[in-house]
Amino acid sequence: MAKMTMVQALNLALRQEMERDDRVIVLGEDVGVDGGVFRITDGLHEAFGRQRVLDTPLAEAGIVGMSVGMAAYGLRPVCEIQFSGFIYQAFHQIENHAARLRWRSRGRFTVPMVLRAPYGGGVRALEHHSESREAYWAHTPGLKMVMPSGPRNARALLVSAIRDPDPVIFYEAKALYRAYREEVPEDEETLPIGESQIVREGDDVTMISYGAMVRPTLEAAEDLSQSDGIEAEVVDLLTLSPLDDEKFSRSVKKTGHAVIVHEAPGSFGPGAEILSRLAEKSFFYLEEPVLRITGFDIVIPLFAREKAYIPDARRIAHQTRKMMKRG
Amino acid sequence: MPRKTLEIPLSVEHLSILDEKGKVDKNLEPKIPKDRLLRLHRMMKQGRAFDQRMLSLQRQGRIGTFPPVSGQEASQLGIVAAMDPEDWMVPAFREMTAELWRGRSMESILISANGFNEGADAEDGEGPATDFPVSVPVGSQMLHAVGIAWGIQYRKSDRVVATFFGDGATSEGDFHEAMNFAGVWRLPVLFVCQNNQWAISIPRKDQTRSETLAQKAIAYGFPGIQVDGNDVLAVYAAAVEAVDRARKGEGPTLIECVTYRMSVHTTADDPKRYRTDEEVDAWKKKDPVERFEKYLLSKKHLTKKKIASLEEDIEGEIKEAVKRAEEKMGTIGDPLEMFDHLYAELSPRLKQQRDALERELSELQEDSNHG
Ligand SMILES: Cc1ncc(C[n+]2csc(CCOP(=O)(O)OP(=O)(O)O)c2C)c(N)n1
Ligand SMILES: [Mg+2]
Repeated sequence: MAKMTMVQALNLALRQEMERDDRVIVLGEDVGVDGGVFRITDGLHEAFGRQRVLDTPLAEAGIVGMSVGMAAYGLRPVCEIQFSGFIYQAFHQIENHAARLRWRSRGRFTVPMVLRAPYGGGVRALEHHSESREAYWAHTPGLKMVMPSGPRNARALLVSAIRDPDPVIFYEAKALYRAYREEVPEDEETLPIGESQIVREGDDVTMISYGAMVRPTLEAAEDLSQSDGIEAEVVDLLTLSPLDDEKFSRSVKKTGHAVIVHEAPGSFGPGAEILSRLAEKSFFYLEEPVLRITGFDIVIPLFAREKAYIPDARRIAHQTRKMMKRG
Repeated sequence: MPRKTLEIPLSVEHLSILDEKGKVDKNLEPKIPKDRLLRLHRMMKQGRAFDQRMLSLQRQGRIGTFPPVSGQEASQLGIVAAMDPEDWMVPAFREMTAELWRGRSMESILISANGFNEGADAEDGEGPATDFPVSVPVGSQMLHAVGIAWGIQYRKSDRVVATFFGDGATSEGDFHEAMNFAGVWRLPVLFVCQNNQWAISIPRKDQTRSETLAQKAIAYGFPGIQVDGNDVLAVYAAAVEAVDRARKGEGPTLIECVTYRMSVHTTADDPKRYRTDEEVDAWKKKDPVERFEKYLLSKKHLTKKKIASLEEDIEGEIKEAVKRAEEKMGTIGDPLEMFDHLYAELSPRLKQQRDALERELSELQEDSNHG
């Protein structure tokens, strides 16, 4: 096993899947010679050539629309949208076609493509480079929405996404790309799409998060444990759609308290759906109203103020502590 | 007669007036008053010097990521010099020198580059009211220029709109939609393509199989012209013609300025991965600033001494601007202001969120005072 950043782990997943399956084609802006602006596709161009790694002209609708056709033809395109803030140029291709070609053709054509895109704040980027808008895709029938939280699960989930028979939107947190290293096995590893993980056990409160927010949530959980003796159970969703509501509902039956943490704006965000599932499955076990710690319902400010926008361990611990002391 | 040739316009002009050595084609030389020529020169020098200063500030961690403009000064200034202040400008994200010409202050650019939304505030003379803020999503802004131009036509105003974009942007659907709309209604738009040869790592030849970008206008039913974008006189001459056409109601023009991005794409980019030093060096010989300076020297509008003192003045102004910007940045940044300007009026829910944040910040402050 080697210690890898998330960038290296994603690169490993792509490389191994390309070696294993010649249907896998990587395409996007600057993914070839440049190796991607975040270097996720570094070296693939040299290893697999221009036929397998396509530097496309600058057009997101083109990239996604072409991927739909490639996938329907029998290939396994993995396209990159350079920043998720520029996915909207391809919105109609995702909503009108990627998500529903199987349905429209009564299963005759399918779209086994992956759309990778970096999302989220925390890297002092320009406007349109820091949003967290996963709700759009989790809301769209026909898509799967995956959001890894670290190098190892990112690698395993990307492999699963490439092999999945349906279109997968795969959001990678820029803030995690080079944040830390983790052991990633050289041997094949997959993770089932649609399954969450309990990443910390505890009896007092269930904290539900995903993507870049898992780390500060875990940090907050440690803080609560050390300073207040509050033991949090932390659930890492990994997939937003289909949402695994079993694990967190079961956990809340045990703890009676739920906190949902995400970077996306709160209103109509993923937390609202999680909360509904809790209301359906664990309502009578809740001892306190569910707490959502999320981005505000505003455009994420330019980077001078982004720290005040994005939930961090302090804010998570503070609000959770207040909730727990009330009860 | 099932098969015949249809006659459609199938040629584009290329315009070059001032060559790389600073020699001018007398027949084509536009008549520009001396004071305007000197202002152009000053702005070019200021744009270049400020760009380089920003690069060094970025390397020192004193500003964030930004897209340098070096090499493209003539492509931008030739256009805006042909416009009136009351005309409209809809930029992309690499038009710093055009913005400076139009009146945006260096402070506001620095404040933006430091991640403060205040950089777009209009109050300190940050450019005329007819200029849009920078637009990062490639190609998306051109349609706004079309909408403004439609309004101009509707109100029978004689204003024009110039919109800037890169070679890469011509691949986006929005570019084609904007060109088509403007052609259909013969709108007063200057589509200014700064073909700087690269869209991050993608060379111009991999962006489109078209020989020129200018020829794309033909398909939309209006003229396109290719100009030497490092020759400010050629850019200016083409812009004057296009502005004239637009004001007379004759519709849009596409101007392809052939230029070069001499620096990094943004400060997060490493061009060594995709282009050679030889290529960069070859373009350095075509530098728009040096070329124009030679022209002005030969016309005796300038002397070496005047240039030296101008450079000193500019350095001083930049220093002052950096100082003022850094002072101002020490006084702004209240996180609660991130709720400003999203709506005409904050919804009750947003007010709650703002109040809750205010409370939380003071609680956290107290915690850390005690902790
Ligand atoms: C819609 C969209 N896609 C991708 C990007 C990322 N990006 C920023 S600039 C750029 C290249 C632009 O090339 P060009 O239009 O030639 O302008 P230049 O950068 O050369 O000035 C890319 C791909 C973006 N900002 N917007
Ligand atoms: Mg370009």
